[in-house]
Amino acid sequence: MQQINDFAGRLGGVYLLPVVVAALAFVMIGAPSSWVTLTVAGLAMGMMIFLMASGLSLVFGLMDVLNFGHSAFVSFGAFIAASVLAWLSGWLEADAVSLNIAALFLAFGAAILFGLVAGWFFETVIVKPVYKDHLRQILITMGALIVAEQMILAIWGGTPVSVPRPEFLEGSLLIGDITIEIYRIFAFLLGLGVYAALYLTLNRTRIGLLIRAGVENREMVEALGFRVDRLFVAVFMLGSALAALGGAMWAGYETLITPALGAEMMIVVFIVVIIGGLGSIQGTLLGAIMVGLMANYIGYLAPKLALASNMILMVAILLWRPNGLKPAAK
Amino acid sequence: MSLLSLNSMKTNIGQYAVLHDVTLEVPEGGVFVLLGRNGAGKTTTLRSIMGLWQPSPGSVLFNGQDITAMHTADIARLDIAFVPENMGVFGGLTVEENLILATAKGRFDPTRLKRIYELFPALETFWTKQAWALSGGQKQMLAVARAIIEPRALILIDEPTKGLAPAIVDAMADAFREIAQNTTILLVEQNFEFAKSLGRDMAVIDDGRIAHSGTMADFAADTALQDRLLSLSA
Amino acid sequence: MNALSQTTTSGTKAVKAAVLLIFALLLFAPFLFQDVRALEVAARVCVFIVLVASYDLLIGYTGIVSFAHTMFFGFGAYGAAISLKQMGPGWDAVVVGALAGMGVSLIVAVAIGLLSLRVKAIFFAMITLATASVALVLASQLSDFTGGEDGITYRAPALFKTATKLMLDENGKVLRVFGVKINGKLAAYYFVFFSCLALFVVMLRMVGSPLGTVLKAIRENEARAEAIGYRVVSYRTFVFCIAALVASLAGTIYAIWLKYTGPDTALSFAIMIDILLMVVIGGMGTMWGAVIGATMLVLSQYYLRDLMGAAAKATVDIPILPHVLDPDRWLFWLGIIFILLVYFFPKGIAGTVMAKGAPR
Repeated sequence: MQQINDFAGRLGGVYLLPVVVAALAFVMIGAPSSWVTLTVAGLAMGMMIFLMASGLSLVFGLMDVLNFGHSAFVSFGAFIAASVLAWLSGWLEADAVSLNIAALFLAFGAAILFGLVAGWFFETVIVKPVYKDHLRQILITMGALIVAEQMILAIWGGTPVSVPRPEFLEGSLLIGDITIEIYRIFAFLLGLGVYAALYLTLNRTRIGLLIRAGVENREMVEALGFRVDRLFVAVFMLGSALAALGGAMWAGYETLITPALGAEMMIVVFIVVIIGGLGSIQGTLLGAIMVGLMANYIGYLAPKLALASNMILMVAILLWRPNGLKPAAK
Repeated sequence: MSLLSLNSMKTNIGQYAVLHDVTLEVPEGGVFVLLGRNGAGKTTTLRSIMGLWQPSPGSVLFNGQDITAMHTADIARLDIAFVPENMGVFGGLTVEENLILATAKGRFDPTRLKRIYELFPALETFWTKQAWALSGGQKQMLAVARAIIEPRALILIDEPTKGLAPAIVDAMADAFREIAQNTTILLVEQNFEFAKSLGRDMAVIDDGRIAHSGTMADFAADTALQDRLLSLSA
Repeated sequence: MNALSQTTTSGTKAVKAAVLLIFALLLFAPFLFQDVRALEVAARVCVFIVLVASYDLLIGYTGIVSFAHTMFFGFGAYGAAISLKQMGPGWDAVVVGALAGMGVSLIVAVAIGLLSLRVKAIFFAMITLATASVALVLASQLSDFTGGEDGITYRAPALFKTATKLMLDENGKVLRVFGVKINGKLAAYYFVFFSCLALFVVMLRMVGSPLGTVLKAIRENEARAEAIGYRVVSYRTFVFCIAALVASLAGTIYAIWLKYTGPDTALSFAIMIDILLMVVIGGMGTMWGAVIGATMLVLSQYYLRDLMGAAAKATVDIPILPHVLDPDRWLFWLGIIFILLVYFFPKGIAGTVMAKGAPR
């Protein structure tokens, strides 16, 4: 067992897992073209979920705060982006790619802006007063989730909202037998870009250093002269903005969204964070990709199992690694 | 005027009163040793000074300034460094990253860095390695190095020799002696031999109160007092 | 009963008086309130008192946050529903259903409890959430078995049929006492009332016993409790299972009363939210809080909503106000009240009142 572990370790350790899963799926699915489509879908989905989940993981790792209201940012991000896109639908239908991109930019930008502002508000008003108390944190953030969902219901109504997509992202690429939706490639690339930006920030900047240190030992960072509470607010805002972006992208992906979006994603996000381990974006990315791939593969191979697949994955991983795949070093 | 002045400090942790009445004057320069048995309140005293626990009532004065109610971060910015019992080294960060966090501007002073390499050669060897890979003694060196990478007025050190090999303890003592030439060290220790060789002034804390204070020379000579306060007789 | 754990304050007496009042109202409900809807409300209050009290065992007494409680309620409800449907409306079906519900609940509770041995306590809440959502999905997917989204309708044992005449007058018609028919419906109500009362008393005795003191110790300071020698993990798993079993029984009782079981009456997250609201409003860590919280919330759900609707209609000419008072906004206001309560009155009504008043 130890030898397998060592061997796996040299090959990249837990990063092997998605590769193994993909390989297994290839064998079980048989048809390469379907496999490619599903894998791309899984990777794209994984990236979007990563965006939604990364904030939660960092916030919990750094601040020891359980934000059960996190997915509210996802919902709002989705709906705000949808509204902006609907408002700018003229630009979306235009042939000029620049207008398309501008509309997308504005929509995502609006979602991110909302995330930042609402994140600040949420941290200051709802989270800060219950810092040390896990029980009240869970309760109060759940309450906030309910209120947020009701607000969306009040503002946008209960009927599903359809999300227009820019012209240049519609349709699919055809490579031989294989169909790949263009939006999925876009989602994957954008998510990868954000991950890269996050990674660089965390590993090459002073503030990233502070966050990484703070996740390990908040007290010591304070004792070195840094006001960790200010750091908290910044991280919370960032996490909420990321969640909103994830929601916005998800809206484009699903093209039809309901107010229940937040609550639905909440379970998935939590599972990803648990699987990946708290406090590290590598872990979150890993967990998200796993979930994305599994959801698509199992959705194809055994549809009835699809919704339980996340649960099974989570239990399996927890039995192997009780702290998640790649938690922040403590 | 003393550098650090503790007045009737009382600290509760939850429902437990750990410090009952700690009054202490730490003069500037040299090593001041705070001795005491397990559970006497040594660590709590340091943490209270650092603002990690709030003394109430009582006060802490640093250079005449009342720092009792200040945030830990602000206290640190007064050039007070803290080397905690568990060393507080960030395992996931490299040795370099650990040290850079302790600099005001994110840059090293080459002279001071060289001095650290000389005092603790292992740190230079492991410069780009993550700190969790260091041995206990090396982590302790890193923690101390972090406290001196930039000039500090006061360094609080909590039981630095715990669990360390004798050779490393000697190296530590030499380092402290050199450091103390330019700054003040408040050293909490259970290892009396180590403390004896370093301390100029000292105090003994017992059951949350100061049981004795004076010079190390006097205390070292009085074995009866040592027995009584530190239960050193085997 | 609580001599070991609570000093009796005048606040406690006030709370106990309120609880006694609620008890009396529930006992005589069929005679005090003549309409059918009121009886529904009363039955729902009884069931939820038990459900919330069992949740309080977890969250208030032991400090465990679980989102799977509704799931156990659902197991009991569906257990009874399925067996009553399959085996016909008899007492054997009731027993089988109750036991089946309890069995499934116990197995799942143990499984979750064991998993919690290996993971951090913080993950536990998330895991219960995930488990509950899977159960919800399974219920709607295994529609052959569970009736899917529509749920199952069935009949209750003959004793509880409205047409069953329990006592006859001189003319052979059903006897009326104080204008109330002594028929099966009445029997059904008192079945609900007395079985809920029994469960509640059992839980009261549990928290008043030495076990209750241990649970409180674990909630206050887990490390210390472990150091003193209590195997915290065993206790937590034990309490989790007990709470699950009680919730399951509550579900069975409710299923028999309603003669219908579906995702919205037995498994939905709305119920979980209701439980949370009730336990927070009523007061955690006090069994009385469950009584007060359940009563207040169920009453509000039925009657306050009507009030809101009326108010919205009345203010239709004033801008914004009708939108704000719209009964659809019910949950929104509840959420806000919930947040404010967790903030300002973390002890809930019972807790806050009991803390007041001079100790005797």
